[in-house]
Amino acid sequence: MQLISPVEIVKGNVLAVQDYAQLSGRALKNIFKQPRYVADTLQQADLIGVGSLPIVVLTGFFTGAVLALQSSATLIKFGSLSLTGQLVSLSMVRELGPVLTSLMVAGRNASGMASELGSMKVTEQIDAMRALGTDPTKKLVTPRVVSSVVMLFFLTIISDLVGLTGGWVVSLLLLGLNSYQFWNQAYQNLVAEDVTMGLVKPVIFGFIISTVGCYYGLSTKGGTQGVGRSTTQAVVAASVLILVVDFFITRIIMSWFGSGI
Amino acid sequence: MPSQQSRSGTLVMEPEQQDFTVTYDDVRLAFEENQVLQGISFQLRRGETKVLLGVAGSGKSTILKLGLGLMKPDSGRITVLGQEVSSMPEEDLFALRRRVGMVFQESALFDSFNVEENVSYRLREEHVAEDEINRRVIEALRFVELEHTLKKFPSELSGGMRRRVAIARAIITEPEVILYDSPTGGLDPITSTRIIELVVKQRDVYKTSALLVTHRLQDAFTMASSYFDTKANEMRPVTAETPVDTNTSFLIMRDGKVIFDGSAGELACTDNEYIREYIS
Repeated sequence: MQLISPVEIVKGNVLAVQDYAQLSGRALKNIFKQPRYVADTLQQADLIGVGSLPIVVLTGFFTGAVLALQSSATLIKFGSLSLTGQLVSLSMVRELGPVLTSLMVAGRNASGMASELGSMKVTEQIDAMRALGTDPTKKLVTPRVVSSVVMLFFLTIISDLVGLTGGWVVSLLLLGLNSYQFWNQAYQNLVAEDVTMGLVKPVIFGFIISTVGCYYGLSTKGGTQGVGRSTTQAVVAASVLILVVDFFITRIIMSWFGSGI
Repeated sequence: MPSQQSRSGTLVMEPEQQDFTVTYDDVRLAFEENQVLQGISFQLRRGETKVLLGVAGSGKSTILKLGLGLMKPDSGRITVLGQEVSSMPEEDLFALRRRVGMVFQESALFDSFNVEENVSYRLREEHVAEDEINRRVIEALRFVELEHTLKKFPSELSGGMRRRVAIARAIITEPEVILYDSPTGGLDPITSTRIIELVVKQRDVYKTSALLVTHRLQDAFTMASSYFDTKANEMRPVTAETPVDTNTSFLIMRDGKVIFDGSAGELACTDNEYIREYIS
């Protein structure tokens, strides 16, 4: 087995980051340039948005439900079971809604993008597209970035709402809280900071999912085995990046609103 | 090489060089330690077909990809239709590529598009009217005798049919240069001859300049010794009674270098031992 020097590994990683940054930059720049592939963007929006709806609804509902159930065990000790709505609402809107929705969409769509573009790469379809005078980043990457960002924004809102519904169902049926108490607590305690955080995150996560998926797809090498490798790497990289970036966005937004330490 | 800078910044050739559609000048390329091309130089005249021969791994396909700007050389200059592709940014290359057709080794048809969508791809990108698209798709598919496969997907076609669809996709915009990357690779002899007949037809009917990569000697000799009879609508051998100039030359590569560039007659007279062994 041939050993690779650490310098080569570092060089390779730096080059990969550079290529990823260039691809992301071009994908963004293309939004403002002709031609615009509206039909491709709508098709991707349907695939990413409508296609991911069932898993997002299911994940959101049961996350909200289990959150209410878990928190009730602690809240009841302090006689604060009525705060369940507030806890579910803040957790879902600020953190779990955006992160879990993004992780679900990453698992489903970053892998889809990487495998689709990877297959096109290894069968020379990407080269054929370039040879036919079409910029693959305009035709393939930008529509995926735009539709991921837009659809993840709305999917997160749906997930938040469904999560709250899950929490409400548990509160009503298992914890004996009344509906007014739950929804009043859930709504009254949400402030601008929570909503901002909940809506900024999916936009950035959508961008991460699509650019990472497309980057791994377009840099696929080595036939069908390479496609499989790219698919796995895309999901892992997108998921890890979402969790890392989530920490920094949270920190930045908390600083903006002056609520952080 | 005399040339001048255009306002767009790309190099434009002097009028006397316009006779050459493609020019490679001391092109070098290496992948890490592996020297793939070591100073490749040749020219393709307007209307000429140059057959690139050589064993697998000699850098033939790489030459085509460099010509279309899909890869960049380490050094040297490549000029296609008067524009220097070796130094052009990717953005500027897209316009030039619309004037050049390419047939890929494995066809590279878009597998989620049917035959009609594949062939009409470039026209739709250029927003050509739907009636015009339909007319030209039928015309291109009729040229390759596949007008009955409009709604079929690439996975439903045989290898030979896929190559013919790829040829139809390459010629639909009437390109000035066509690059064929092993169009007969992996096909049976009968299908290969059919593909070569289409290449000859394109050469003789539309007078398109072409670079054709192959490792099949019989394809190269068929091209050099045959012409397309438009009246009979078939390929025929050149004979003493029909002394047609087939406008076909040969370029043989070995280890990333050009070891022969000339006509079929010159090839037959060569005293290079490697070439004599190669063609025997």
